[in-house]
Amino acid sequence: MNFVSEFKTRATEKSGDLRHRQFIRTALRGYEVARDKRKGAFQSWESARQAAAETKWEAVNHLDKHLESLVAKLEARGTKVHWASTGAQAREIIAQILRDKKARCIIKSKAMTSEEIHLNDALEKEGFTVVESDLGEFIVQLRHETPYHIVFPSMHLTRDEIRDLFQKELGDAPSNTPEDLTMVARRVMRQKYITADVGFTGANFAIAETGMISITENEGNSRLTAALPKTMVTLIGIEKVLPRFADLALFLPMLATAGAGQPMTCYNTMYSGPRQPGECDGPEEWHVVLLDNRRTELLADAEQRDALHCIRCGACLNVCPIFRNVGGHTYGTTYSGPVGAVITPHLRGLQDWKHLSNASSLCGACTEACPVKIDLHHHLLQNRRNASASQPAFFEKLAYQIFGIVANEPRFWSLAKKIGWLTQPLQRAVKGSALDPAKAWTKTRDLPPMPQETFKDWWRNRK
Amino acid sequence: MTVTLFIPCFVDALYPRAGISMVEILERLGHRVVCPEEIACCGQPPFNSGYHAEARTIATPVLEKLADAEAVVIGSGSCGAMVKKFYPELFADTPHAELAKQVAARTWEFSDFLVSKLGVTDLGAKFPHKVTFHDGCHGLRELGIQKQPRALLANVRDLQFVEMPEVSCCGFGGTFAAKFPMISTAMGEVKCASAAETGAEYIVSSDSSCLMHIQGLLSRQGKPTKTISLAEVLNHK
Repeated sequence: MNFVSEFKTRATEKSGDLRHRQFIRTALRGYEVARDKRKGAFQSWESARQAAAETKWEAVNHLDKHLESLVAKLEARGTKVHWASTGAQAREIIAQILRDKKARCIIKSKAMTSEEIHLNDALEKEGFTVVESDLGEFIVQLRHETPYHIVFPSMHLTRDEIRDLFQKELGDAPSNTPEDLTMVARRVMRQKYITADVGFTGANFAIAETGMISITENEGNSRLTAALPKTMVTLIGIEKVLPRFADLALFLPMLATAGAGQPMTCYNTMYSGPRQPGECDGPEEWHVVLLDNRRTELLADAEQRDALHCIRCGACLNVCPIFRNVGGHTYGTTYSGPVGAVITPHLRGLQDWKHLSNASSLCGACTEACPVKIDLHHHLLQNRRNASASQPAFFEKLAYQIFGIVANEPRFWSLAKKIGWLTQPLQRAVKGSALDPAKAWTKTRDLPPMPQETFKDWWRNRK
Repeated sequence: MTVTLFIPCFVDALYPRAGISMVEILERLGHRVVCPEEIACCGQPPFNSGYHAEARTIATPVLEKLADAEAVVIGSGSCGAMVKKFYPELFADTPHAELAKQVAARTWEFSDFLVSKLGVTDLGAKFPHKVTFHDGCHGLRELGIQKQPRALLANVRDLQFVEMPEVSCCGFGGTFAAKFPMISTAMGEVKCASAAETGAEYIVSSDSSCLMHIQGLLSRQGKPTKTISLAEVLNHK
């Protein structure tokens, strides 16, 4: 499979789709206004970013210690902890839990880690019924699609499209209002909560100090997912650890502000174990699966280790002009946008995914937006450097070598400019056509006319 | 002061008026301007594509030519970022590491040099038009230059200044514009739409490369908005 040409084809199609462009721009304009207002609620947003970056630095650079503490605390309260080095291992661990429980139906709250390991496909192949309970995820599941955005899975759909989808798939949707659509989804889901044997969640943070996981959500579906079925399974990337419980005081409002322009997400729940003796609710069994899946390789890269700071807020996607024009599905990855372009080469191979690092103007809006100060756009440059060093593109390298010779020799540079000026009318005659050597530019844009007298000519004549 | 003016390759070849305006402004302020003719390019194209050895081939003679400069002024935020921010990285662990740091510390983007180094904001210019300003991303985010060009424009007679509703990239991005032309074009169209919302006659920028992209789209689409470099506005009477 050729990931580059697929990306280019989809990107070309999507970036010319004016309806998509306007739709996403309008959707994100509301976010920008809300986010900026909420940033103002912090005494200093910049200091908060610095504090968050330092906390994540501490967490990631002492990951071994924090994970040991997390696991010891979780196990002390009866939680079963599993370590998965790869996605395949994680899928097998989870499938085995379902087999042991003789489960048929699993209800899930939103978890990008489960998208990362393609959990739904694997479980469905084994005959389990998988139901997504997050409304956005539920919608994309009905469409047999992957999430469009890591925080807003169905942001690419209009209310009319969702109404039509519900009518077709569920046979029910009285109108396109959010209230009616939510009630339809709720009626379907409430039945599933009762019949599901296993509830599955992801996690936003794991607290090393207290052995808790923290889940942030707006709909309350995650609480039901965790509370109603007898068995709960949580899949979490190892980088999600925070050292202290008190760190949540910063990270919860920061995640809500950067991710959705909210002061706090509606529901923030801390889980510390399965049902304890004397407690009247909660799952009887809780399995926590800690996923590596090449995160430790990123950890070993001192230059880009801070990419493990990511709290999956989606702020970098929201401000990224590439994401806004090509849309989430174009990337062909679980994690899209700038952070996806940075980490996917580490998770899935540099040569296969380097094009995502090339598909950037390096504008740096992502780095400016990142609440945990990941040096995103410079990591794109580093990925380009690493890719070129290990597997240079022959003609590109040759072109730069020739350019170097021309740029370093004033006579050649003058000659190149002269040739450019002289051949200008020829180029203009074939502008934008297959014969035009500059067609990548001239298909949609004019080239500036070259003046006969360049700056250097003027400078020389003046002297 | 002797100012060593670094004219980027595309300003030299395509936008000489921008470079000439810089020379005239600096000389009018009483400085001696020198312009090393051997320097053509800062090496950013190969650097941004990840070809560091090829970038050093171009950047090494540049560094050597600038070694004794009292102050280096570059007519572009993007090339300025290359020298100020990325040269130290490019030459780290090479014999030129120390020189790269020294030159970086003495290098200024043109508008930053006028405002932050010379403390000049009024150049006695007159430009009777409604204008908006495009921040090149490198100047804005790598060098933190945002107030300086606005301070200069604020003192231009008869100029009516209006901000664009959103700060966004023009979509040029060097080789990105040719490698991913449709994404680049879409970004440029968003930029042009943002500029059109202001009703400005001119889009002004410190970066001629951004203006080349914006103007390329405007011309192709037959839009009336024009582009002009900041230096030319500041040199206009």
